[in-house]
Amino acid sequence: MRLVRHLVRTPEGAIGLAILAALVLVALFAPVLSPGDPLRIAGRALLPPFADPAFPLGTDRLGRDVLAGILHGTRTSLAVGLAAALAAIAIGLCVGLTAGFAGGLVDEGLMRVVDAFQIVPSFLLALAFVSVIGASVPVVVLAIALGAWADPARLTRAQVLSIRERDYVASARVIGMHPAEIALREILPNALPPVLALSAIIVAAAILTEAALSFLGLGDPNVVTWGSMIAEGRNILRSSPSLSIFPGIALVVTVVGVYLFSEGLTKALAGRRLEP
Amino acid sequence: MTLLAIKNLSKRFSSGGRRVAAVDDVSLTLEPGETLGLVGASGSGKSTLARILMRLLPADAGSIRFEDEDWLALSGADLRRRRARMQMVFQDVLGAFNPRATVASVLDDPLRIHAIVPKAERPKEIAALLDRVGLPASYADRSIREVSGGQRQRIAIARAIATKPSLIVLDEAVSALDVSIRGKILELLVELQEERGISYLFVSHDLAVLRAVSHRIAVMDAGRLTETGPMRQVIENPQSPAAMALIHAVPRLVTEPTEGPYRDV
Repeated sequence: MRLVRHLVRTPEGAIGLAILAALVLVALFAPVLSPGDPLRIAGRALLPPFADPAFPLGTDRLGRDVLAGILHGTRTSLAVGLAAALAAIAIGLCVGLTAGFAGGLVDEGLMRVVDAFQIVPSFLLALAFVSVIGASVPVVVLAIALGAWADPARLTRAQVLSIRERDYVASARVIGMHPAEIALREILPNALPPVLALSAIIVAAAILTEAALSFLGLGDPNVVTWGSMIAEGRNILRSSPSLSIFPGIALVVTVVGVYLFSEGLTKALAGRRLEP
Repeated sequence: MTLLAIKNLSKRFSSGGRRVAAVDDVSLTLEPGETLGLVGASGSGKSTLARILMRLLPADAGSIRFEDEDWLALSGADLRRRRARMQMVFQDVLGAFNPRATVASVLDDPLRIHAIVPKAERPKEIAALLDRVGLPASYADRSIREVSGGQRQRIAIARAIATKPSLIVLDEAVSALDVSIRGKILELLVELQEERGISYLFVSHDLAVLRAVSHRIAVMDAGRLTETGPMRQVIENPQSPAAMALIHAVPRLVTEPTEGPYRDV
């Protein structure tokens, strides 16, 4: 709770948190705000925006409601972004904690795997993964996580290496604490803050990667996403640019919101550490 | 019966291609209820010796017998269980505690791990431990970051005595403390020793501190034990150059030898 207060006190954190809260609300209440399947044909094709009160943002080539698509797309973007980041952080934490805590050959081996994943461009990796296994939301999540876990793994390992030399870890050993408990209770919680700050950036990157995959037609075809909406609008960009611009704005607002939130979180964590 | 016998203990570190002997062929013994002051300049290897003894560092050679067991041969669950008998108080009063811990959780850990008292009685035992080291029981709920350095060292001592050890290694345990608090902590340590018969291996660079609490003093220099003897003999009639240098570093000890326990100036 104290962290939230620190977060809100920074302007970045406050704005980021407000944007994210609004997006989460939209995602949660999308079925209420625009009932029905967003992919259904709802009206005349290619209605311009702000012309018909029933379709405030107009319709696309097939007559699908753009606003409904954006509202429902929020769900996909946030869900995929959060799930991918969560998976990446979880894998990264496990690998980093194991490598840092075990040391020796285990550390060497795991870090070479991390190297391999860091060398391969993560978008290429996701692209290859999805095109081989097939496009569905879980596969897209996994594909994005696969390219994103290496950074948190490296950061976690560095944190663990520094923390495990501290006296409180020595004193935990002295009182006979089990190594697993030392790793999970003494080291992990203290290694977490910088990794959490990194996680917001991973969420933003994951949202962008998902949009890019959808744009290339490798997203889940059964759900509406901003990326696929932009791709749809691309074909008639000259006559109806709004079809690409509105989901583009949604994407930009989301990513900026996540970045501001992460910036505020970093500052809040740093500020908290300065206090005694 | 000898509580602790260290024989021919050695430990080398590699630094920049050079092999440096941090602990070189050290042998010493400790009796139950006795305080051995281990003194030496910075880098003389006394803290390394303490950490080897605590099994925080592996030794290169030598043996340690503790409570009639081969202490260095213990490992895994056996070692963790036997650690209850040998505890340690660290120099860094800030670094020795998990910054997220509360006073109660610090004291709860050893009680839980070694099942010293049943779970239901742990809060009572924590209160008793706090009381024993001179802190009010209400401190239990505080975050470890909310208590002062001297109080933290009291909590560290409470944590060390929680498992009812026979030996406590005090690694510069009062060096980081204010002079006005130092004397009180030393008094507490002496009281606990008289009450529970705990042995101390008191590692310090400060002869004035060791003089107040030690029965015997061992002097280390460059990894070697240069001199061991009763406290008074080592301080009044040092034989080794290292011991003489340390005594000269505390001029008032030579110019005004006073009687009685340690008092703050």
